[in-house]
Formats: sequence, structure tokens, C-alpha cells
Amino acid sequence: MDKVLVELKNIKKSYDDTEVIHNLSLYIKENEFLTLLGPSGCGKTTLLRIIGGFETHDDGQVIFDGQDMKDTPAYQREINTVFQNYALFPHLNVFDNVAFGLRIKKLDKDTIDTKVKNALRLVKLEGYEQRPVSKMSGGQQQRVAIARAIVNEPKLLLLDEPLGSLDLKLRQDMQYELKEMQESLGISFIFVTHDQEEALTMSDTVVVMKDGVIQQIGRPEDIYNEPKNRFTASFIGESNIVEGVMKEDYLVHFEGLDFTCVDKGFAKNEPIDIVIRPEDIVLAAPADDRINGVVDDIIFKGVHYEIIVLVNGREYIIHSTDPVNVGDEVSLNFDPDEIHVMKRTDEASS
Amino acid sequence: MIDRLKKAPFIMVTAFSYFIIYFPIFVIVLLSVNASPSGQTFTEFSFVWYKEIFLNERLLTAIFNTLLVAVISTAVATVVGTLTAIGINSLTKTYRIRFMILNNVPVINPDIVTGLSLMLVFSLLPISFGMPTMLLAHIFFSIPFVVLTVLPKLKELDPNLMDAALDLGCNYFEGVVKVIIPSIKTAIIAGALIAFTMSIDDFVISYFTTGNGFQNVSIWIYSRLGRRTFSPAVYAYNTLVVFLTIGVLGYINVNNIIRVKRRSEK
Ligand SMILES: Nc1ncnc2c1ncn2[C@@H]1O[C@H](COP(=O)(O)OP(=O)(O)OP(=O)(O)O)[C@@H](O)[C@H]1O
Ligand SMILES: [Mg+2]
Repeated sequence: MDKVLVELKNIKKSYDDTEVIHNLSLYIKENEFLTLLGPSGCGKTTLLRIIGGFETHDDGQVIFDGQDMKDTPAYQREINTVFQNYALFPHLNVFDNVAFGLRIKKLDKDTIDTKVKNALRLVKLEGYEQRPVSKMSGGQQQRVAIARAIVNEPKLLLLDEPLGSLDLKLRQDMQYELKEMQESLGISFIFVTHDQEEALTMSDTVVVMKDGVIQQIGRPEDIYNEPKNRFTASFIGESNIVEGVMKEDYLVHFEGLDFTCVDKGFAKNEPIDIVIRPEDIVLAAPADDRINGVVDDIIFKGVHYEIIVLVNGREYIIHSTDPVNVGDEVSLNFDPDEIHVMKRTDEASS
Repeated sequence: MIDRLKKAPFIMVTAFSYFIIYFPIFVIVLLSVNASPSGQTFTEFSFVWYKEIFLNERLLTAIFNTLLVAVISTAVATVVGTLTAIGINSLTKTYRIRFMILNNVPVINPDIVTGLSLMLVFSLLPISFGMPTMLLAHIFFSIPFVVLTVLPKLKELDPNLMDAALDLGCNYFEGVVKVIIPSIKTAIIAGALIAFTMSIDDFVISYFTTGNGFQNVSIWIYSRLGRRTFSPAVYAYNTLVVFLTIGVLGYINVNNIIRVKRRSEK
């Protein structure tokens, strides 16, 4: 798990004078499940296509297994891809789709038969060999696409929003199955999604992107608990983001009050952003040394209530299992380690 | 009842137009089985002119020439047209639109212009008029039709299809041959059929670009009209073509019905 498989160094890519990938560097280790997460148009597909060799980059290096891929065309890379809309071959049945790559490699018929059978078993499509792919459902097509890729035993599998068009239930099943498959096959996955929940559940590493720039790389827990900036914090889950000032190490000031916190290393009186997750706030009776507000709205969300509290005109979102009433005066309570302090980015002031 | 009365005029117009369309065909069929060589009066029912097709050497040669030019030009135009369409499809949108306009100009251009301009071009080249020039002309005017039929099908394909082929180890050429072309097979066949019909059909362009006595059926008929050497075998030949067309159309329709039925049974 420790050997680096792919390294991207200072990748730049422009379309018609618009730079869509800005000086991006990233590495993925062997056997790692890495997810590229970001809003539509942030360059996820473009980055994936550069790694796969379907798109050339203007500057920088793609190093795969220790080798610069500059002059290696897509068909010679030990990488396979599950494309955004699967791109199955419409003129072939399931078996022939999956066998395609092996036939190009001119393996003998028996080997091909065994390998295709195994791949189809892995994606639970045994017995569908002779079906035309056009007669398969969306979820089945997606499995054919996965089988067609993994049957070639690549070192790296690229998946571009493979679960995008599936309904919620199937999506959750497939998330689980994909993760399981990745672990049992022992190959690296680069998975693209704009669904933060999907990214957090499946990945070893999450890469948050925005406008062709990496915002943060980290384990799902770290990305969630310690977002580096306002964008990551708001993109990953619901959160309360407040401006404040770092008075000194371990002392932060916001909403007119001082709070002890666990962050340090900021300049004296540096303006910062603070994140507090909705589930980390506990409501209690108003108190002088607390942030006080009025309950504005309550929405039942199944497992918990989503409570909106108005504090000096600013909305706080709180998740709680205890119901309150609209109009109640409450105080917001949280522990020092639940205050997360982030460096102020340009975006925050805009 | 009132509804039916309101519809009556339209139904009559429909009936009349069908009559106008089919009447001439009926006349040709009738004349083809008329024993009289003059065609002024119907004398006696006979298949003699059908036999005559195979006895009239000039007509046989013309039929052979027509088919020869049609088969070769269809083959070449289908290959070139398909590759052209694949090329156009791989361009960015602005260029694709420009090339499509370029492609459509010869399609819309009157045959007389095409024929005349091709004749001028050929006369500048060191080739003598005849079969080669007519063949080149037919290839030339068929290609845009193949492009026009194949391109929409290409646009329908998943844009990542070629990348998927590359991903699985094909080089670009293999990708075209093993994935793209099989995926658009039906459109290629349709394009070939159109090219073939256009070639069989053509008179104007052929007339301008042939020479040295090389005649296809339409030119041969034109050169015989009103002469003593005119033979009602022409009617017989045309009747055969009509029935062949009906046969092909019928076959395609029946096939479609069977396919649709099979699909709905599943
Ligand atoms: N072939 C192209 N020509 C011009 N611009 C392109 C091309 N492909 C992508 N772009 C632009 O590059 C940017 C990044 O696109 P990309 O497809 O990588 O985004 P994405 O993150 O995959 O988005 P999505 O989640 O919608 O798939 C977008 O602004 C897009 O308009
Ligand atoms: Mg994308």
C-alpha cells in the first residue's frame, strides 16, 4: 500500500485559452481508493482523461509506475476506464464486450473464456453472457462496464461517475460492491464523483477540487472534521461557517464572545473562518457566556431534527434528536475541539 | 357521417395523386406485355419483349454497364463516405458544421451543374471519356449521400466509444474497424443502398461524363427514343425494375414487421 503508483506533477491543461487544470500535483499509491470530488465542471473528467491518455496535458508530467507517460498512448497504458455513460460496444453481447480487451491481446480462447467467466461472476452477471448490451438495465450495463475493465487486470482503474445514473438503493449497493471489489482485487481506483457522501463512504483518500485546483487531500474523516477552507467545509456536508478572529493560540473570538479552542499557529488577531458541524451543537437554556438565539424553524429529517436558530440575523443549523419549539430562546453549546478554525481564503471575503 | 363527408375531398385528392403516380407505371407494365412493337395499340398479350431483353445485345451491354458502374461506385463511395463521416464526426463542433455545409452543396446542386462541371474537369485531365469518367462521376456524387446517412448515426453513438476501444488496447485504426464501423453498420448499409439507387437512376450526370460509346441503360434508352431501333424490350426491362423495387421494399417491410413482433413478444 505504500508504493506510489501514479504521480501527477504540475499538470496544466487549457481548452481554447481557458485553463481548466491549474498546476495540479497529486499521487496515488498502490491499492488505494482515491476519489476526485468536486462540483460540475471543476475538471474531474479532464484529469481522469489525462491519466488515461485520452487527453494530452499542456505542461507537467504523468508518472505511472515510475515512468513518464508522455509518449505512451492510451492503448499501451496498464490502465482501464469505466466511462461516464459506460460506452459499451452496442454491436456486441455481454460476453463479447467483456472479452474485447483480451481478444485484442490475442489470448487463447480457453484463457479468455475463464477470465470472462470470472469477471462476470465478480460483478454478479453470470448467465447474461449472450444478452445484447442494449437489453440490459442501467445497473447491469454499469457492471458490464466494470467487468470489461477489470478483466484486463489493470494496475489502475479509472471510474468516471459510474454510479451517476443509478437510483439510490442500487447506488448504495454498488458503492459497497465496488469497494469490496477494489479490496479483493488489490488494484488502485481513481473514482470521480460530485456526491460528497459517496466520496466519504468509499474512499481511502478524498481529493476535493474546485475550478481545476485541489482544495484539500486527505482521509474522509480528516476532510470532514478538519476542512481546510470554506469551500471544502461547505461542499462536504452541512456546516455552520462563521467569520472570526484568532486572538492568540487556543483562543478564538466570534459572535462577540471568546472561546477556547484546540487550534494554534495563526498570527495574532488573524481573521479566520470557523466551522461547527450541525451535529456538534447542543441546545440548552440561554446563558450569558454562550451564543444565544431564537429557534426559527424545525424540519423532521427521519433520524434527527434539523433546527434553524437565528443568532444576530445569522442562521445556524443544528441536528438534534430532541425536539424544540419555534420561538424558543436557546443557547448554542459546543466543546473546544468541535470548533474548527480555518485559514481565511480570498473567497471568504467576497 | 358528417365527418366522413368532410374527409371526402381529401380522400379524393389522395386517390387522384396516387392514380397520377401509378398510372404511368401501369402503362409501362401494359406495354411490356403488348405484342405490338409500335406501342400504339394493344394487340395481344405476350412475354416476347422479356425474351428480347436477353437477345438485344446492346440493351444487355447497357444493363451490364449500369450495374458495373453502380456496384463499383457504391463500393468506393461507401468506403470513402464512411471514413469521411468518421473524420467529420471527430472534428470540433464549428468545423463539423462547416464540413457538413460543404458536404450538402453537391447534394443540393442540380445534376446539370454537377454533370457539366465534372465534364469540364475531366476534359482537363489526361483521361479519355467513357467508363472511367462515368465511374468517377458516380463515385463523386454518391459520397455526400453516404456521409449524409452515416453521420447522424455516428452522432448518436456514445462519445466515449472510441476512447473505450483505445482503453482496451486498440490502436486508432483498430478502434475504427472493430468498434466504430460495426456500431454504425445499419447506417452504412442504408448509405450504400442510397448510393446504389442514385447510380442506377442517374441520367444527366452520366450523359455529360461518358464518351466513346459507353452507355448505361438510361443513356441507351435516350439514344433510341423515336428511332426504328427502339425496342419495347426497354418497357420489359423497366417493368422488371419496378417489380424488383416492390420486391425489395416488401422484403424490408416484412422483415421489419417480423422484427417488431419478435421484440414485442420478448
Ligand atoms: N473538449 C473540451 N473542449 C472545451 N472545453 C472543455 C472540453 N472538455 C471539458 N471542457 C471544459 O473544461 C472544464 C472541466 O470539464 P470536466 O469535464 O473535466 O468537468 P467535470 O469536473 O468532469 O464536470 P462534471 O461533473 O459535470 O462531469 C469545463 O469548464 C468544461 O467546459
Ligand atoms: Mg465529468
